[in-house]
Amino acid sequence: MNWKRASIAAATAAPVIGLFAWGLTRDPNSIPSPLPGREAPAFTLQVFAPGQGELSRPVGDSVRLTDLRGKVVVLNFWASWCLACRDEHSALSDVAQSYAGQPVQFLGVLYNDVPDKGTAWIAEMGGQSYPSVDDPGARVAIDYGLYGVPETFFLDATGRVAYKHTGPVTPRVLRYKVDSLMAAARQAAAAPAAPAADTGANTKAGKVQ
Amino acid sequence: MTRLLAFNSIVVALAVTTLGAIFGPIAVRKGRRDWLMYLYAAVYTNFALVTLSTLALVYGLVSHDFSISYVAQVGSRATPTFYTIISLWGALEGSIVFWAWVLALYAAAVVWFNRKREGNLVPYAAVTLLVVALFFHILLVGPANPFLPVFPVPFDGPGPNPLLQNHILMGVHPPLLYLGYVGLTVPFAFAVGAMLSGEVADDGWIRITRRWTISAWAFLTAAIVAGMWWSYEVLGWGGYWAWDPVENASFMPWLTCTAYLHSVMVQERRGMLKLWNLNLMVGTFVLTILGTFLTRSGIISSVHAFTTGTIGYYFLAFIAVVLVATLFLVAGNSDKLASDGRLDAPLSRETAFLLNNLFFTVFMFTVLIGTLFPLVAEAVRGVKVSVGEPFFNKMTLPMMVALIFLMGVGPALPWKKAAGAELKGKLLPGVIVGVVFAVAALVAGARNGYSVLAFLFAGFALGVNVQEFVRGANARVRAHGESWLVALSRLVSGNRRRYGGYTAHIGVVLVTLGVAGSSTFKQEQEATLKPGETITVAGHTLRFKRAWGREEPQRQVIGATMEWMDGDRVRATIEPRMNYYPTQESPVPTPDVKSTLRGDIYLNLMAFKQDGSNVTVKVIWEPLVPWIWLGGLVLCIGAIIGVLPERKRPASAPVAPALAEGQP
Repeated sequence: MNWKRASIAAATAAPVIGLFAWGLTRDPNSIPSPLPGREAPAFTLQVFAPGQGELSRPVGDSVRLTDLRGKVVVLNFWASWCLACRDEHSALSDVAQSYAGQPVQFLGVLYNDVPDKGTAWIAEMGGQSYPSVDDPGARVAIDYGLYGVPETFFLDATGRVAYKHTGPVTPRVLRYKVDSLMAAARQAAAAPAAPAADTGANTKAGKVQ
Repeated sequence: MTRLLAFNSIVVALAVTTLGAIFGPIAVRKGRRDWLMYLYAAVYTNFALVTLSTLALVYGLVSHDFSISYVAQVGSRATPTFYTIISLWGALEGSIVFWAWVLALYAAAVVWFNRKREGNLVPYAAVTLLVVALFFHILLVGPANPFLPVFPVPFDGPGPNPLLQNHILMGVHPPLLYLGYVGLTVPFAFAVGAMLSGEVADDGWIRITRRWTISAWAFLTAAIVAGMWWSYEVLGWGGYWAWDPVENASFMPWLTCTAYLHSVMVQERRGMLKLWNLNLMVGTFVLTILGTFLTRSGIISSVHAFTTGTIGYYFLAFIAVVLVATLFLVAGNSDKLASDGRLDAPLSRETAFLLNNLFFTVFMFTVLIGTLFPLVAEAVRGVKVSVGEPFFNKMTLPMMVALIFLMGVGPALPWKKAAGAELKGKLLPGVIVGVVFAVAALVAGARNGYSVLAFLFAGFALGVNVQEFVRGANARVRAHGESWLVALSRLVSGNRRRYGGYTAHIGVVLVTLGVAGSSTFKQEQEATLKPGETITVAGHTLRFKRAWGREEPQRQVIGATMEWMDGDRVRATIEPRMNYYPTQESPVPTPDVKSTLRGDIYLNLMAFKQDGSNVTVKVIWEPLVPWIWLGGLVLCIGAIIGVLPERKRPASAPVAPALAEGQP
């Protein structure tokens, strides 16, 4: 047995093992979206599920994204046939409720589904605090490069996509993103001459997670 | 009850393999051959226990015992019994159980057949097999435990993944793959055994495992071909190979194992390439484990990926142990592995084998790099990339073409040194057939250089390999006055390994023709048809007759009846379908294929009007595709010829000199 040669050969395995070990910490299915940091694609869509109380909007009302400037927008794409959407439903509904009265707009966007089924689903889930709009032909979903449902987009007060979340969203992520985007908006308002402040905050928010 | 029996069997098997793996080396070190029976008993006991556990799990599946987590995960009362049984390998945990069982079976069999052999090779091989088995038992009691209790017991389960219960080949492809993959553990264990016992310079480990290696290789070959066939028949895209990481995972060990089957002859014949062969076999095993790691850990995005968990880290640890240990052993033993002979002439069979090994190895590394590149790119540059078909096709086509060419040259070359005149006579039939094939391809419209070369060399290899049978049989007819067919069968049974190899070559030629034909001349078209309307692709006319629907216990089926017309006559009826499973939102398309020797008509139902007034279908003309499946069959027949025991030559009938010359 040539011990020296054997040990050198054995050591060559280290980089391969290292690469695999590092690879296991990555999610091969998380594909970075080209959107964060860019202006969110505009849309005008009709409300089909009104939401509840203070957050509600009448059915048939047109929601225009450009009208929501100045607010943080949480755009959640969902469908009644989507199982993971059930997991995140109460998180979204409860967190949205807790931000009532603040400059935040939660909006559900129905994806590849019919409004009747969507309404029935909301009833089955025990209601939803914020309104949902229909996206016939999935045109807005295509604009946003949707990969599947659920996906949640966080838009800052200037109408840029700050962050995209794939899969069921948790209350923690929701609160953290919404809070940091609202803080960034307040900072920008306090120092209107320094637009760099808000882009800086966006990138930061986009990098977390 | 069933659950406890199944689980406890694995726990006991874990204990038995651990004890055996510790006890075995002690027995060998102390030189106590009378203790070896306990080591071998551990191997047999492990087999009995894993068999018990596997049977219990199958019983749990068939009896719909939803208190077992695996049954609750993949079982359903509506699933037909056949698909219930084969869901044993339909998900991660069950597939590990099946793996452990196949491994236990191989280990018990190879130890039983070699238990009386002198020396320390077999005991160390048995220990290696036990260590590998131990790893799978750890998975089964840890991250891939299929026997967890479920409470409250559900009344029904979701059933297996619809894609996996849509075709009968799901009952064929995975077991073949496991038999091949796991079977390669046997030659690996003996390679390690040879290194541990110091018998590494001797060919013992190669001779003992020859039939095992060829069998495992044949199973792997059959599995790859069956997998291609399954993908072709089920997935509806009309292709059979996509260079998906998991396809590559099964292909890489196949490449190194095929290289080994060739280069090992150089060692047996000339005493050369000893270190190389050891490396090839160890590498082949590492690649099987790597392939399993890629599939099971979720490290690389793939269509085949299983659900993931912590199992990736267990596999990583195992790969680390195997890599470090084998690199250590091989490098440490390399001094003992000097060649006895050396190359005599550039134009000889040895050279052909060397080139063959060079191409196979480079081929494997190309596939490996393509498969792992996304991971490397993300680690080095932080970007997500995907490596697709264009890379693999561009990089591997030259090697495939070169290998097919070698497959024609190699059999014509004698060992040591070739003589010009004889060589010409042997190559001539190949050249003629090759030119005929290439011209035919050009006439049919092939304009791609590789495609024409593939036809040329496939024809060349076919000519040379068939010529070997004809020449040998003719020599026997002359020498013994036998009838030609008797001469042929005696020729083959007198040197099974050689003619088994040539048969396998002919199988590869058929696969090549199918692949080259379908990729060069494929035509497809999509159309929306009302009843009575027709669509024509590559001169084949199909008429839409009607759309229909029917309820089956586990699914709803929508189908379209299409008629393949020959003038006014209906040549065949083809029924592509869509299967709706309750657990799946989107339907599972189920194409229908009608095969002829010239090619397949491949029909896929894309969409339909609910009232049946029209359907959208995709029609693909797939020339020569059935030859791929046929080639796979011929490859396996070649392997079977190669592993059957040699017929003892009667001493009174020596082989004709013309025949003995140039034999391996």
